[in-house]
Amino acid sequence: MPRTLFDKVWDRHVVTPETAETPGVLYIDLHLVHEVTSPQAFTEIEARGLPVRRPDRTYATLDHSTPTLPAGPDGKRPYATAQAENQVHTLEENCARHGIRLAGWGSEDRGVVHVMGPELGLTQPGMTVVCGDSHTATHGAFGALAFGIGTSEVGHVLATQCLLQRKAKAMRVTVTGRLNPGVSGKDVALAVIAAIGFGGGTGYVIEYAGEAVRSLDMEGRMTLCNMSIEAGARAGMIAPDQTTIDWLRGRKNVPADYEAAAAEWLTLVTDAGAEFDKEVVLDGAAIRPMATWGTTPDAGAPVGAPVPQPSSDSDRKAIAYMGFTAGEATTSEAVDVVFIGSCTNGRLPDLRAAADVLRGRQVKPGVRMLVVPGSEAVRRDAEAEGLDQVFIAAGAEWRLPGCSMCIAMNGDFVQPGQLAVSTSNRNFEGRQGKGARTILASPATAAASAIAGVLTDPTAYLREAADA
Amino acid sequence: MSEPFKTLTSRTLTLSQANIDTDQIIPARFLTTTTREGLGKAAFYDWRYEADGSPKPEAILNRIDPTEQRILLAGKNFACGSSREHAPWALLDYGFRAVISTEIADIFTSNALKNGFLPIVVDQAVWDDLAAHPEQPVTIDLEAGEVRRGNAPPVPFKVESFARQCLLNGVDTLGWLQTHMPAIEAFERAHEPETAA
Ligand code: SF4
Repeated sequence: MPRTLFDKVWDRHVVTPETAETPGVLYIDLHLVHEVTSPQAFTEIEARGLPVRRPDRTYATLDHSTPTLPAGPDGKRPYATAQAENQVHTLEENCARHGIRLAGWGSEDRGVVHVMGPELGLTQPGMTVVCGDSHTATHGAFGALAFGIGTSEVGHVLATQCLLQRKAKAMRVTVTGRLNPGVSGKDVALAVIAAIGFGGGTGYVIEYAGEAVRSLDMEGRMTLCNMSIEAGARAGMIAPDQTTIDWLRGRKNVPADYEAAAAEWLTLVTDAGAEFDKEVVLDGAAIRPMATWGTTPDAGAPVGAPVPQPSSDSDRKAIAYMGFTAGEATTSEAVDVVFIGSCTNGRLPDLRAAADVLRGRQVKPGVRMLVVPGSEAVRRDAEAEGLDQVFIAAGAEWRLPGCSMCIAMNGDFVQPGQLAVSTSNRNFEGRQGKGARTILASPATAAASAIAGVLTDPTAYLREAADA
Repeated sequence: MSEPFKTLTSRTLTLSQANIDTDQIIPARFLTTTTREGLGKAAFYDWRYEADGSPKPEAILNRIDPTEQRILLAGKNFACGSSREHAPWALLDYGFRAVISTEIADIFTSNALKNGFLPIVVDQAVWDDLAAHPEQPVTIDLEAGEVRRGNAPPVPFKVESFARQCLLNGVDTLGWLQTHMPAIEAFERAHEPETAA
């Protein structure tokens, strides 16, 4: 029977099949860990006297609670609270006690968990990857089955390297045609979520296909898969191809016989005739730079489009929270903060896209712009190319890697009432700080908005940059 | 391991807004804890408290008795967003024991069931009926798999069969998973002969 990519990856990890009464036991190849969702899981397995079963399949980083400003002259890091510092120390101790590799402070590998995994070649096609974090879907860009789990399940994987699972339904999202210049993976993601709806993917694993998806680089594919959860889907996947194989070649943890592994990875495609429970098709050529107008990620529209008339109380409440008016474009609202970073858009091509817009220009006075690389590797590469200097010269802050303003738990946050254009993934009320108002957009759109001081389509700036 | 859940009778509290995300249920700045306990005070924190920490008198969640309204009747796509298990921990510690909605996010459902917090999906007509009778106690009967209200016809609901057994009998999920260890070891021997001991 023809099988989907999801079927193929699922099938090869079934330890015990599911029955009507019981879920299946699914083997996990790679377990990524960070400081926020793991402490209670370690406490749980230790209380039961259980060891970490496969420390060699477990890899930890520090990202969420970590300051993005450097340590002071006394060597002390500027943690937001003593509790945040304690949480970081707790992970350091747990990793030391259980022999888990940790990309901690001082490690050249440290980064936001979903930036770091692929970068180190830990994430590979055909794998099952989990993390106590809903944006684990990011790793699906490599043809892995990757999804977020809760802390109890973190404990299950630590103790058994397995999870109890029932198989999800399969949805295919095909984005046809060619993307226009200035349209990035982020714009595709926001267009897809707007099309499916915020909960439209609940219960599904999404496979992204089509010419427009194929044309994305690995970073663009990661951005797209990253936001699958914003449509309610636990996982998003893209079949591996030459782009995938070229991107992973030479990375730290890939198989020794790389070409043999790569040949096998290329078999991980949906067979002709395989059936999906749901199919969605979008015209990629029709996608324009996107931005959100509400407080859910599906409230997206092309930059410059009017805020729609509310169709529900929830919409009305969202528009009121954002301080917008139905029928008016959001491109005249003064922007206070621009954030470039996160596991959605904190990779090198994201920073390049922002720098291309900003080069030789200035952030509008009064706008605070924060650029936070997704990992130490991204920071090194960006600095080697001089991107940090472009940002600093434009008037932006250049920070150390971390989640930062994406989740606003490390001391970097948007003040109450301020309007932010952010390359992160959630525009929920208060996500970027209590009372913060968030517009989600691509790095190029965010950079253009920093210059203009209002939400701005980056296309004109990019054209000028290309002409120069 | 959570307490068994058999039946619960309580009045409901309606929060009709759609898409109540996990950042509303417990804002991220409360996630720096390293324990599960005491998160009830952070539940819906920004809905309940002013910036200076004083309670908002108009907030419904500050006006109810959580021991009397233990069932949340929430708008569509409840608990979307993050995988934080702190969300069910906070709801339980605040006093809720179940949520009824027309759509509930996947990861939250899985987290909630592992903690003895029951997520129930009903259709819109049933939801509207429950919302129209906030004064009347509702009984959630997990054994029978139905929600009952007064003389209204009982409404069946589904919970994943294994999670249901775990809730009814207080089964320890991790302990049950561990009984599969021989199969897990065999799987590893078959798939990674080079690393198998
Ligand atoms: S960058 Fe944001 S979405 Fe990504 S892992 Fe960190 S907090 Fe989560």
